[in-house]
Amino acid sequence: MSNYAVEVKNVKKQFSYSRHKNNSLKRAITQVFKKKDTSKDSFFALNGISFNVEKGDFFGILGRNGSGKSTLLKIISEIYQPTNGSVKHDGKLVSFIELGVGFNSELTGKENVYLNGALLGFSKAEVEAMYDDIVEFAELEKFMDQTLKNYSSGMKVRLAFSVAIRAKADILILDEVLAVGDAAFQKKCTDYFETLKGSGKTVILVTHSMGSVRQFCNKAVVIDDGCIIFAGGADESADVYLSIFEKKEPGVVKPAKHKGVELVSASTKVEKDYVNINFVIHNKTNTPMSDLYIFADILRNTQIVTGFLTADIGEGIDLSARETKTLELRLKNIFGKGSFCINATLRDGTQNNEVIDSRVDIVEFENIFGKDEYYPIEAIVERV
Amino acid sequence: MLAISLLLHVIMEVYYMMKKIANRYRYSMILLRELVIVDFKLRYQNSVLGYVWAVLRPLFLFLIMYVFFVMVLGVGKGIPHWGVALLLGIVMWSFFQEVVNQGLKAIVSSGGIIRKINFPKYIIVVSKSVSAIINLLINLGVVLVFALIDGVDFSWGMLLIPLFILQLYIFALGLAFLLAAINVKFRDIGYIWEIVSQALFYGSAIMFPINRVVEMHHSMAVAMLVNPVAQTIQDARYFGITPKVDTTVTLTDNWLIILAPYVVTLLALAIGAWYFHRRSPYFAEEV
Repeated sequence: MSNYAVEVKNVKKQFSYSRHKNNSLKRAITQVFKKKDTSKDSFFALNGISFNVEKGDFFGILGRNGSGKSTLLKIISEIYQPTNGSVKHDGKLVSFIELGVGFNSELTGKENVYLNGALLGFSKAEVEAMYDDIVEFAELEKFMDQTLKNYSSGMKVRLAFSVAIRAKADILILDEVLAVGDAAFQKKCTDYFETLKGSGKTVILVTHSMGSVRQFCNKAVVIDDGCIIFAGGADESADVYLSIFEKKEPGVVKPAKHKGVELVSASTKVEKDYVNINFVIHNKTNTPMSDLYIFADILRNTQIVTGFLTADIGEGIDLSARETKTLELRLKNIFGKGSFCINATLRDGTQNNEVIDSRVDIVEFENIFGKDEYYPIEAIVERV
Repeated sequence: MLAISLLLHVIMEVYYMMKKIANRYRYSMILLRELVIVDFKLRYQNSVLGYVWAVLRPLFLFLIMYVFFVMVLGVGKGIPHWGVALLLGIVMWSFFQEVVNQGLKAIVSSGGIIRKINFPKYIIVVSKSVSAIINLLINLGVVLVFALIDGVDFSWGMLLIPLFILQLYIFALGLAFLLAAINVKFRDIGYIWEIVSQALFYGSAIMFPINRVVEMHHSMAVAMLVNPVAQTIQDARYFGITPKVDTTVTLTDNWLIILAPYVVTLLALAIGAWYFHRRSPYFAEEV
């Protein structure tokens, strides 16, 4: 038995590009006469991934959409077979690629608990023993005899999560579980992660939320284009992950080029109608600056949902020598429920809008007031 | 010392392996039980008569055949208790067909779960067959009632019927595994099987006594009985209801031919299980 909980050795996974699979008779016959050239219509989703997860690690896997991290997770969970290489694990492994696997909308909440429980390896007696706790935790006492098709998506997630956290495993694999649900549910997830962190269990977490990576993980790898581009501590990994976007997304500007004026920090306060954002700007030099403005992107799960330019709402910011100024802004709260983060750049209006300072993820805010709609359409900002 | 530590090591390895197998088996059983329950609930949901349909379906097929073939065309004249023999044949055929047809669709229709969680895939195919077994048991009860009404004499040969049904089940399961695995990559198999199963239905002498074939082409009848569906049904009729129905033993002394359907049965299971086992690691990405 090895010391590692999970050992991933040189894993490669090849997928075929072409959608026309060999699943009809006509194709099968015509295919016989065509020479097979697998190199042209296939690609490697994973290209030689190796890492070890030690027992007790809270291990993050980071990467953009399509980077191959979900494929990797499926290979670790033994759902997919690697084309090359091997994955070994020591201890009972339970994976949550999705919450509520096997949920059937024609069955009642109660029946689904038993089915989902069985998929997690719980016998009828075991589910019975913890049934009341599950229902209570999901806060669905009144709805357990209704069919799942009458449940809202939030109710389904709550039920699935309540069953999932009962899973008895030495190694837990979680994919994007945090990305769903309202603020109250995310709080429950966070609490669950906190308990996992100290439990000695091994956890592998795939997420887009750098907040949770920094908060829970002790190690992480960053995957891009099927290769590991960074492996190490959680904070460094999160930085590397965010830097991928800076390089590749045209909207986001290169990291800070300090010219003596700094975008020091930002804070937010969320109200029902407004999101208040304060930016703190500091002039380290003895020369006064004028006509500065801030360009900010507001992101949700690494996707830009909206942005604003302070130059649009009046004259630029002026800073005298060694001055620290707080720019108070008020955004109409048109955001959906959930957490958002802000990337901001400080620009010089007198110098061709040159970037003076840039901060990725300068501040995050949690909106508990919004509806469940995902994206706002347009930001309405004013100076106060 | 070295020998002892080596031995200990081997014992530990074997212990871990046994534990792993035991866990896997326990998981399989839990899953099987739950999938059967769910299958049952879903199958007869929103139907007024619910489970009664499981009995009514073969019963009505029997009635239709009885009216047209037995009463109108006079099929089975001269064979005592032909009605009961016909019903038994239909019940066994329905069972065979249900195991294979449900099994064939089993993997493809469970794609959602297979893509998300790793579990022993054969459980899905087996779980579908369990409902078929329960239907069969109820239907056999109906056959028994008809046999009592029709005055079929009790014979010790009746006790062999469960064995023939077991053989039929093994054959059906083998086919179900094979077809379920093929269906993942090659959907035409469903249509091909539809045609083959039609041929099998007529070729298994279910709605007419095989004696009619024997009268016309003796060797043809013998060839038909190599097919385990035909052999098990004729054997069940011969031993359980009336010795007036021909079966392998009455038609030939060639032991090779008598053994052939059993070999076919085991071969079907072996090939089906082997192919299914070989393909199952790739179901998740192909389904």
